[in-house]
Amino acid sequence: MSERAAKVTQADEEEQADDQITDSAAPDAAQEIDAESESETTPEPVTSGAEAVVRALENAGVEHAFGVQGGAIMPVYDALYDSDIYHVTMAHEQGAAHAADAYGIVSGKPGICLATSGPGATNLVTGLADADMDSDPLVALTGQVPTEFVGNDAFQETDTTGVTTPVTKNNTFASDSDRVGNDVSEAFALASEGRPGPTLVDLPKDITNGETDREPDAPAVPDTYEVQERADEELVDAAAERLENSNRPVMLLGGGVIKGEASEACREFAIEHEIPVITTMPGLGAFPEDHELSLEMAGMHGTGYANMAITHCDTLIGIGTRFDDRLTGGIETFAPDAELIHVDIDPAEISKNIHADYPLVGDAETVVEQLAAAVDESPEATKWRAQCQQWKSDYSMAYDAPEDEPVQPEFVVEALDEATDDDTIVTTGVGQHQMWACQYWTFTEPRTWVSSHGLGTMGYGLPAAIGARIAADDDQDVVCIDGDGSFLMTMQGLSVAVRENLDITVAVLNNEYIGMVRQWQDAFFEGRHSASDYHWMPEFDKLAEAFGAAGFRIDDYDEVADTIEDALAYDGPSVIDVHIDPEANVFPMVPSGGDNGQFALTEDQL
Amino acid sequence: MKRGLEGPPPEDRPTPAGRRNKQGIRIDPEVEATHEPRRTVISALVEHEPGVLSDVSGLFSRRQFNIESLTVGPTKDEDRARITVVVEEPDPGIDQIKKQLRKLVPVISVRELEPDAMQRELALIKVDADDPAQVHAVADMYDATTVDSSPETATFEITGARKKIEAAVETFGQFGIREISRTGTTALARGTEETAAPVSATESAADEANHDEPYQTADDD
Ligand SMILES: Cc1ncc(C[n+]2csc(CCOP(=O)(O)OP(=O)(O)O)c2C)c(N)n1
Repeated sequence: MSERAAKVTQADEEEQADDQITDSAAPDAAQEIDAESESETTPEPVTSGAEAVVRALENAGVEHAFGVQGGAIMPVYDALYDSDIYHVTMAHEQGAAHAADAYGIVSGKPGICLATSGPGATNLVTGLADADMDSDPLVALTGQVPTEFVGNDAFQETDTTGVTTPVTKNNTFASDSDRVGNDVSEAFALASEGRPGPTLVDLPKDITNGETDREPDAPAVPDTYEVQERADEELVDAAAERLENSNRPVMLLGGGVIKGEASEACREFAIEHEIPVITTMPGLGAFPEDHELSLEMAGMHGTGYANMAITHCDTLIGIGTRFDDRLTGGIETFAPDAELIHVDIDPAEISKNIHADYPLVGDAETVVEQLAAAVDESPEATKWRAQCQQWKSDYSMAYDAPEDEPVQPEFVVEALDEATDDDTIVTTGVGQHQMWACQYWTFTEPRTWVSSHGLGTMGYGLPAAIGARIAADDDQDVVCIDGDGSFLMTMQGLSVAVRENLDITVAVLNNEYIGMVRQWQDAFFEGRHSASDYHWMPEFDKLAEAFGAAGFRIDDYDEVADTIEDALAYDGPSVIDVHIDPEANVFPMVPSGGDNGQFALTEDQL
Repeated sequence: MKRGLEGPPPEDRPTPAGRRNKQGIRIDPEVEATHEPRRTVISALVEHEPGVLSDVSGLFSRRQFNIESLTVGPTKDEDRARITVVVEEPDPGIDQIKKQLRKLVPVISVRELEPDAMQRELALIKVDADDPAQVHAVADMYDATTVDSSPETATFEITGARKKIEAAVETFGQFGIREISRTGTTALARGTEETAAPVSATESAADEANHDEPYQTADDD
């Protein structure tokens, strides 16, 4: 009922708008032609809130958006119809949010997603929460019922700003057609300024349908939002002195290094002062894992050597990391001897989980450069580096792959890595496969690892691959390493990949289990596999074909290399159903809340 | 049984000597240094716009900060409101509250008030008035104003520091209290000092660096 009423008003308004145009254009035909040729360079003035919304996106340089249509968002889609912004219609709004999130990670600019009111908006929530936990820049635009119906439980009404407040960096309920363009500009600016994150603008239909000639301003954050770029010089000097006097220094690079474009500065700093480097999971790619200073990833499923180094260091330079519990294990035993130099753009991250002895608030790149300028002498750490190398060989990430046993997942990850270039983008779902991807793919470049870290959202992999593919360079490969359970959650996105002919290779590491759960049940619940065996898995290669994608299957080692090659060569979406050893488990492992230095290498060490 | 990776087992690995407490602070191996909760007043100047109170209160409940009271009201500038929150938390928690509040876009400034700040609360107390003379004597003792009376009841308005109100409530208790309504604490800094002047991120980080200094416990009047 309400929707129909709104449609009628919309039609009326359009008629009126038409009248106005004819009236003013009629007197002089020559003028009309002038106006037309001019419109090639200067865009038409906005006439509605919806057009202002789209204009704000255009002003911000937005080229792509992901979303699903619906009643309350229709005016915005109608305005998009005339825009050069390329809209990717997704199969589910959760996919739209993940695709936009991945787009943001790969491109460094906020990804845009759109959804209608009610169910459209609630379907975005998982993706917003995911982006919020990982500080990914994203802008969500949601339709809302007309203002006069808000609060009355109208058809498809949800209190979207209420629902999304805990999972967005900021959200706004648009209440004025003259302001709505600026609401969107501001949301765009806020998504990437300072610590990035998702922002949302809720757009009641009467506001987007409403008349306005207000052109939105260029993106700018509100005055109350202040970001500190440079760290306090005295603290920088003190931190530099501490580092010079340390004997067991370690750098810990988090996702903030990648988001703050500080990878290059960190690399130079680490290499100049020969400081061993560890990354967090979101920090993969911040430092080349094939460099001898790299100890790779620390944390629950980090390498043994990274966890030994983090446990025994005397100075820890944490940059752009929030010291998540999957990284730290038990707080009491995390880097217990270390003084912490903590670099972060968000003051609230300082001493939130681990007390920072040297809090350096500021932009990661700027602060690392400040620190580089303040450090005169490299720390004397020859013995420490030798110790780290020793740990590297003691706890090397090796695995056995006997020919007569089922295919080991590590082998598949390594084969995919070998078959692709260094700049290949990897996306994943959540579970064991994600951990094997972290452990056995050699990351060397920032913005090539796209995964759900903080929220741990199964189903992230495929929609993320879609967003990543659209943001990536044409000659960059996009590979999704997925789990059978994760893939099932959002595989309707294959229809999108087929329609858009996106060149994506999905390798489903199929163990017919929701494996990570099975692993924990084996370790902590006496092997009682409650609801974790998925012996009714579909044949993913055939499913892919049903969608119009290319399907492949791997059962044995001798098929691995060739099949991967064929799937990568296929120009369009392809899915490899890789039947791996269903019993394979992820090690090393620090049980949750445990001591990082006491990681288990086998089941019986847990 | 699955095979695993190679390397010395946990019991053969060295363990470091240091330790941290539950708040992630490095401690002397011999001394347990945990911060005890203390009561304090935080004042925030915010944009007077819809949703800001729910943003603030939502932040507190989401992050499990222990609120004692939260009040809000307009300021001399009609575009701004002041939120006064009384909390009881250990020092690292109080620091987090301030920093998390500052992150909210409509929040202009946040400050923890000195223990000597002026802190006031208003209470309405409705008691049985079987013995009016006695009741009024108690009311006089606490400077309470009579705002309503009936043959059976008397209702008083009291303003003052939390302790005074608590004492009044207790004393009135002897007559039988029918109902109480309290506003929670509102507060302003003393003298020329601004209650919630903008604090730069540098200052807040420096704040942080000195957070081992002993604090006085906030105490109203
Ligand atoms: C949306 C969602 N639901 C549930 C979980 C809990 N969970 C974490 S890992 C996991 C198993 C994942 O299974 P699969 O995708 O098959 O990957 P595998 O571990 O087998 O590699 C589950 C259920 C989650 N992370 N996300």
